[in-house]
Amino acid sequence: MSDNILEVSHLKKYFKTQRGMVHAVDDVSFSIERGKTLGIVGESGCGKSTIGRVILQLIKPTSGSVRFDGQEIAGLSGWKMRSMRKEMQMIFQDPFSSIDPRRTVNQIIGEPLKVHGIKKNRVEREERVLELMETVGLAERLINAYPHELDGGRRQRVGIACALAVEPRFIVCDEPVSALDVSIQAQILNLLKHLQRQIGLTYIFITHDLSVVNHFSDDIAVMYLGQVVEITSAQELFDRPLHPYTQALLSAIPIPEIGRKRQRIILNGEISSPIDPPDQCRFAKRCLYATDECRAHCPSLREVSPGHQVACWRV
Amino acid sequence: MEENNTVLQIENLTVHYVLEDETVEAVNGINLSLQRGKVLGLVGETGAGKTTTGLACMRLIPNPPGVIKTGRVLIDGTDLMTLPEMKMNDVRGKEISMIFQDPMTSLNPAFTVGEQIAESVQLHDHVSKDAAYKKAQEMLELVGIPAERAGEYPHQFSGGMRQRVVIAIALTCNPKLLIADEPTTALDVTIQAQVLDMMKQLIEKYQTSVIMITHDLGIVAEICDEVAVMYAGSIVERGTLEDIFNNTMHPYTEGLFNSLPNIGHRGEDLKPIPGLMPDPTNLPEGCAFAPRCAYAGESCKCVRPELRAVSDTHFVACNAYSRKDFSIERSKPHE
Repeated sequence: MSDNILEVSHLKKYFKTQRGMVHAVDDVSFSIERGKTLGIVGESGCGKSTIGRVILQLIKPTSGSVRFDGQEIAGLSGWKMRSMRKEMQMIFQDPFSSIDPRRTVNQIIGEPLKVHGIKKNRVEREERVLELMETVGLAERLINAYPHELDGGRRQRVGIACALAVEPRFIVCDEPVSALDVSIQAQILNLLKHLQRQIGLTYIFITHDLSVVNHFSDDIAVMYLGQVVEITSAQELFDRPLHPYTQALLSAIPIPEIGRKRQRIILNGEISSPIDPPDQCRFAKRCLYATDECRAHCPSLREVSPGHQVACWRV
Repeated sequence: MEENNTVLQIENLTVHYVLEDETVEAVNGINLSLQRGKVLGLVGETGAGKTTTGLACMRLIPNPPGVIKTGRVLIDGTDLMTLPEMKMNDVRGKEISMIFQDPMTSLNPAFTVGEQIAESVQLHDHVSKDAAYKKAQEMLELVGIPAERAGEYPHQFSGGMRQRVVIAIALTCNPKLLIADEPTTALDVTIQAQVLDMMKQLIEKYQTSVIMITHDLGIVAEICDEVAVMYAGSIVERGTLEDIFNNTMHPYTEGLFNSLPNIGHRGEDLKPIPGLMPDPTNLPEGCAFAPRCAYAGESCKCVRPELRAVSDTHFVACNAYSRKDFSIERSKPHE
């Protein structure tokens, strides 16, 4: 049996609205090997952030199971979940709103240590904070700085230090570099990679940026309207994308090279509504190859070659 | 008129934001020119002065605190900086238009999109309301929105559709110059591809000159003819697409390319540019990039480099090139 740190099966999260049920995450299953990175890509509104939150039980799933290291954590009580959070952490997209503006770097990074009772003594705590700051590449002098004194890259480093403070084994990174400039983005990506090698972290890396996810992940899951439509290794996905949506997505990446002749697939229309979707392929309306079969039933993921799963009737 | 096909000429433009106790040196003496029907990519990171340059061309710099210190902006030979404000109103939307990043905030939520497009037509082409509305509907069709939707309000459209409406407004009076400030940054990739594709067709059809402000070199490669790379308020390298991508010369431009994850080589470490952009209220005396530059020598710290020509089309502002045999890593042949 493979060494999976996280197993998600038939996970669903529906939100009730006045107009009906929003199927934010609809029957998603996957697993992640220890020490690896699973990238989750998709466009806005496909449910990728919701998945990250549901896995960490920041929002409760509607149904389905999330097993972390063999233990079921879906529906765990708040108190029990709190001890689990020492193992699983999250890094948020916007370093401007995810940290408290009224607290110093010392207090922000020290808080998880205090909450989890890891370092009860203030002096010890400060020592650990300094250690963490060094790990993420923040200068010691910034220990008493407030968030507004820091630029986006440094704030994201504070966010990473916070997540690392409790020595987790698993981190969900929700668009950790989307708000940053390219040169800073590269610094943060390298940092996350080094940390993974050093302490053997497992990541879920949620992003809309395909070149970043390709660079960063071992496996990639492509999401469309709450469902995983294709999941395989990063290499395989980029070499042999099978789902028509993945193909369009890959062809739409602007590549910073000239003279590269590419067949661009321009999709028609836009993402349809996630409210009470009918039983048909969610992508059928925009798909170039859709047939009556696609409009009659929603395909589910199936393995087409070892380690390569696709949800499409035509493949 | 013949010979001279230059639509836009920016000469020695300097824009500062004068605050109570400090001055932000946002744009420092830049020169640019643009031919009819060409697309210029203005590339750089947050705070490089790209948007300020765009706003200065429209004379829309908020004043105070913004002050255009020196410089001329010539559209077809007319200096915009000396025009009275009333005349400027005729220029904006007619001669130059600007598209902003966020389509949610650039449309008025209280008017239908048809009315908003028609307003521009009515103001500039002095036609009747009905004729203007008709033109608005044609424009909508042109950007790929059914004309029947002209009576709908912005909130009834998705992000990509709203950006199409904004583009329609910008292009209805067939301006000579379009300044597009990160027009697709807020959109998803597949929608971005749709919008870029449409823009490309319209630009070609109307022979509009475009300044494309972006931080995405992928987009630049896709639609631009020329590129100007900005850093800390100055243009550090300028040239044709070919010059910048295949014959990169400035260390900062190299750094930008190295920071991008390469689709072909996954898993490798990225080579980010160390450090941060200098504080624009306190720029270093010499080259603004020197503190982050791997090739910086002594002279870089005290002498501000001037743009100099390497070929007819390619300009670079870097002191290191006065050293003999200097070249950056990227330009060395790969094994």
